[in-house]
Amino acid sequence: MVNIGTLWQYLAVQAPLHSSMSGDALNLTKMGLTAYTLPALPYAYDALEPHISAQIMELHHSKHHQAYVANLNKALESHVAAVAASDVASQIALQQTIKFNGGGHINHSLFWKNLAPAGSEETSLEAAKGLVGAIEKTWGGFDEFKKAFSAALLGLQGSGWGWLVKEGGNGAGLRIVTTKDQDPVVGGDETIFGVDMWEHAYYLQYLNGKAAYVENIWNVINWKTAEERFQGKSEEKTEL
Amino acid sequence: MSSTLLRTVPALRGALRASGAPKAAGAMASTSFVRGKATLPDLSYDYGALEPHISGKIMELHHTKHHQTYVNGLNSALQTIAEAESKGDYTKAATVAPLLNFHGGGHINHSLFWENLAPASREGGGEPDGALKKAIDTDFGSFDTFRKQMNTALAGIQGSGWAWLVKDKSAGTLGLVTRANQDPVSGPYVPLMGIDAWEHAYYLQYENRKAEYFDAIWNVVNWKTVASRFEKS
Repeated sequence: MVNIGTLWQYLAVQAPLHSSMSGDALNLTKMGLTAYTLPALPYAYDALEPHISAQIMELHHSKHHQAYVANLNKALESHVAAVAASDVASQIALQQTIKFNGGGHINHSLFWKNLAPAGSEETSLEAAKGLVGAIEKTWGGFDEFKKAFSAALLGLQGSGWGWLVKEGGNGAGLRIVTTKDQDPVVGGDETIFGVDMWEHAYYLQYLNGKAAYVENIWNVINWKTAEERFQGKSEEKTEL
Repeated sequence: MSSTLLRTVPALRGALRASGAPKAAGAMASTSFVRGKATLPDLSYDYGALEPHISGKIMELHHTKHHQTYVNGLNSALQTIAEAESKGDYTKAATVAPLLNFHGGGHINHSLFWENLAPASREGGGEPDGALKKAIDTDFGSFDTFRKQMNTALAGIQGSGWAWLVKDKSAGTLGLVTRANQDPVSGPYVPLMGIDAWEHAYYLQYENRKAEYFDAIWNVVNWKTVASRFEKS
């Protein structure tokens, strides 16, 4: 069971993990803590073809995402041990590893769920009436939003992600943000959907033609999930 | 700004050709400013020459598409800056700085990279000798230790970037540095040998198994080039 909400909070505030461990059991599960696991995809590896190839999906999920999960668990174990040992230097040294791998786990978990097979009910804009209305109000039209979002994706220098977020707090306005490497969106903003712009997300199929990947990704955005996240009805944050 | 960049980077200077043509000079005459234009340097070996360690397809895409995009982006950034400068619009010029760093860095890094690689059947692979070997032994303990440290540094890059063997001009010692994305090596460091850890450098052949790429690339490192950079540093 993965409690991604806890990880979120952890990354946002860097609060030390609660632990009553004695110091010799360096295993998250034995310590009564959550060991993160690779979530199953809600569709088959080839379900997003021809827009994202099965080979990309399989490597991306079973290798890349799996590596983030494994390295996150390893880093959290070391962190728990460092907390137990009152070794603050080691705790600090682990923060970037936790951020990178924890971010990788969060980002990919969100990404898989905000994609769906082209032509399905989920990929119809009809599934996101509230969100689309808010998008049109914010950007003056859906095409204008699409253009701005695509430009943000193509403007990334190096590895990273593009996100549509709903701002936390009073405003609750929509915003396009990019994050570098595996930095997650944390700190109260709600992610509506994200697009992975690491080269491993498209290179086997699109090579250097990332503009074509960005154009095609719109065919497989899961607008139903996006609407749920926009309406705050998504349970992902507390239980994934 | 452009002339500073060009002066400090020998490899870039080598890759530059004055636009030269009277037509180009004439077109810029109104600003009394003649720019050199960055161009894609030729490789000194065929695209397939680094196989089986780096595939011909990777080399061709990497050179003709990725490097070319950095060259184009650099020229476009320089032009925007020149235009902004001629209008006294320094705000505009400053906002182009990230693009100049990214594309200029991409051009510099790849130009250095192609030259510090060579086919395994020619200068590629093996170990350095002479003064460079001595310096590596002194500063890293041994060539083997250096290679392990470089591979650890490469594997530790979070996202896109490069690892470099550098000479620290102030300390006079060799060292390892990593750079994010296309940030070029600068400051007290002289780049001697770089390895590209962007996914486009290996993914078509090695997929997610990047450690295999980091192991294989040592078979095509051109130590003659590295030694010559070391001697000049």
